Amino acid sequence: MLGHRLSEWCGHGPILEEDIALANVSLDLIGQATLYLHLAGEVEAKGRNEDALAYFREAVEFRNVQMVELPKGDFAFTIVRQFFFDVYNYHLSEQLAKSSSVELAGIAAKGYKEARYHLRHSSEWVQRLGDGTEESHARAQKAVNDLWRFTGEMFMSDEVDQRLKTGGIGADLDAIRQKWSAIVGDVLTRATLSVPTDTFMLAGGRQGRHTEYLGHMLSEMQIVARSHPGAEW
Amino acid sequence: MNQQTTDPSEEALNAAFEARIAAGETIEPKDWMPDRYRTQLIRMMSQHAHSEIVGMLPEGNWITRAPSLKRKMSLIAKVQDEAGHGLYIYCGTETLGVDRAELVDQLLTGKAKYSSIFNYPTLSWADMGVIGWFVDGAAIVNQTVLAKASYGPYARAMIRICKEENFHKKQGYEIVATLARGTPEQKAMVQDAVNRWWWPSIMMLGPSDANSPNTAELIRWRVKRKTNDELRERFIDLTVPQAQAVDLTLPDPDLKYNETTGHWEHGQIDWDEFWAVVKGNGPCNRERLQARRDAHEEGRWVREAAEAYAEKHQRAETSNAA
Amino acid sequence: MPKSTSERRPRTLPEENGASQWPLWEVFSQGEGGAPHEHVGSLHAADAEMALQNARDVYARRGPVVSLWVVPSAAITASPSDEAGPFFDPGADKIYRHPQFYKVPRGLKGF
Repeated sequence: MLGHRLSEWCGHGPILEEDIALANVSLDLIGQATLYLHLAGEVEAKGRNEDALAYFREAVEFRNVQMVELPKGDFAFTIVRQFFFDVYNYHLSEQLAKSSSVELAGIAAKGYKEARYHLRHSSEWVQRLGDGTEESHARAQKAVNDLWRFTGEMFMSDEVDQRLKTGGIGADLDAIRQKWSAIVGDVLTRATLSVPTDTFMLAGGRQGRHTEYLGHMLSEMQIVARSHPGAEW
Repeated sequence: MNQQTTDPSEEALNAAFEARIAAGETIEPKDWMPDRYRTQLIRMMSQHAHSEIVGMLPEGNWITRAPSLKRKMSLIAKVQDEAGHGLYIYCGTETLGVDRAELVDQLLTGKAKYSSIFNYPTLSWADMGVIGWFVDGAAIVNQTVLAKASYGPYARAMIRICKEENFHKKQGYEIVATLARGTPEQKAMVQDAVNRWWWPSIMMLGPSDANSPNTAELIRWRVKRKTNDELRERFIDLTVPQAQAVDLTLPDPDLKYNETTGHWEHGQIDWDEFWAVVKGNGPCNRERLQARRDAHEEGRWVREAAEAYAEKHQRAETSNAA
Repeated sequence: MPKSTSERRPRTLPEENGASQWPLWEVFSQGEGGAPHEHVGSLHAADAEMALQNARDVYARRGPVVSLWVVPSAAITASPSDEAGPFFDPGADKIYRHPQFYKVPRGLKGF
């Protein structure tokens, strides 16, 4: 989802160098997604591969957190959202790389290397925007405020997550939340941005209850594939 | 051509320059060069760079609708490559003493040209295959010879670019081949795309030699290596068998093979359409430029922020060191 | 006087309402197997950290790159061209003549 939103910047970035940078992150993320979805299809064992899962599921069947399906907004919104995700993805991948599932660990190890670069890029930009001009500061702060209530969902675990964690396959989301809060607090502060204090958090994406944005995004993303069911590309 | 007041030392410099060119030497940024050589290079190189950047838009249009994850990634990578190519060439152009901001300004105000082909709309997924096949194909025919251009930075940028461009063309043709042997709808989709892109692609190689006054001088200076008609002929010779191989027809009823010359002859090109598009009246000229202007405008605050941050932290460093 | 490299006057940066300009950096990359760093091109960036990240995105996407160096172009001193001769000017010790390498006070027109 996030890769898709990032790819919407192609040809429209604020400077050529950044166009290339965002496309790189987009490619890494879609690459990771392809591997994870492929594994999911195999584990499900109903004959669905990564394309079937990406292009032929309805919105309510998707399990991503709501934060990643939100429209790209301005550059500040994209960067802050990316930063929030990168801190999470970095720590999640680090843990999953030690998963007792060999396949999962392999995918996560690759994701971890990539997440380090992504995090460096997004955290540097958060600082430049927060501590740049008045305008960039205002936009960055607005992005932080608008995104805050979506950040809790990343760390909510249900019984499936608990079982996976106990089995050594999944990650300890509570531990990740703590690291996330510390790092985010530190970077935002250094960027002269204030950390929101409200504790209300939206959720539902993991249960298939998404924002209205996802439907529109999927309409666009899936249209060609669905217009020619069974075709090869 | 303006009359310059030449004096013996300038004549000597010119003669030495022409001799270096004739000897196949490479001209580097700090070497003496006639002003006209420099201005022609700036024009050619910046036009090339602008084309790469504007070229991201027609293909970028289909990223969000790419029908498989693999194709989605390929397309993003291709568009990203084009950004990179634009960047290599802008930086190469800057070695001639002009700032990128000025070049970008020329593009956005409509003063600079870019390849006419990018003023056509992409209307179906099949366009992604056909563009790779035809447009990158034509670009390769043009660029392979430029890899030996006389100006060092341009030639070096071209070598980097050619490696990546070949890959794009292959990917495009692979998409075309897959569609051509797919469902009847897919086959119709790709044939339609071929019908729309063929003529603009062969026009992309430039006006016919009779209408290209700059060509002779540029060839002497090894900034252009072949004439437009020569490049066009090469492109058509390469492409016709490729179309035959996937059972697609090219929309030229007069296309026929000449046994004597060993080349394919083509029908009448509608140069009126070409000039209309070059002058700004193609289907997408305004949209393309507007998109670039919007990106530039909306990016202004971002660029300013990065600069402000850099300044603040530089000052902090120097005052810490003091 | 003949037109030559020494005659080309550096221009001021265009006043594109605010003229925010990121400086030019040269990029050097080192491949595997003990190879030396090679000049691969240039890019614009506001500071060193961004320059390094952009260098990785632009110049190290394909092929194994062990190390990247980025240097502000203005910091590089180059040997004079062989053809320097009687038209040599001190500014010709830059790698090429770029408007940014010559600080002209803003607002000064007529260059």
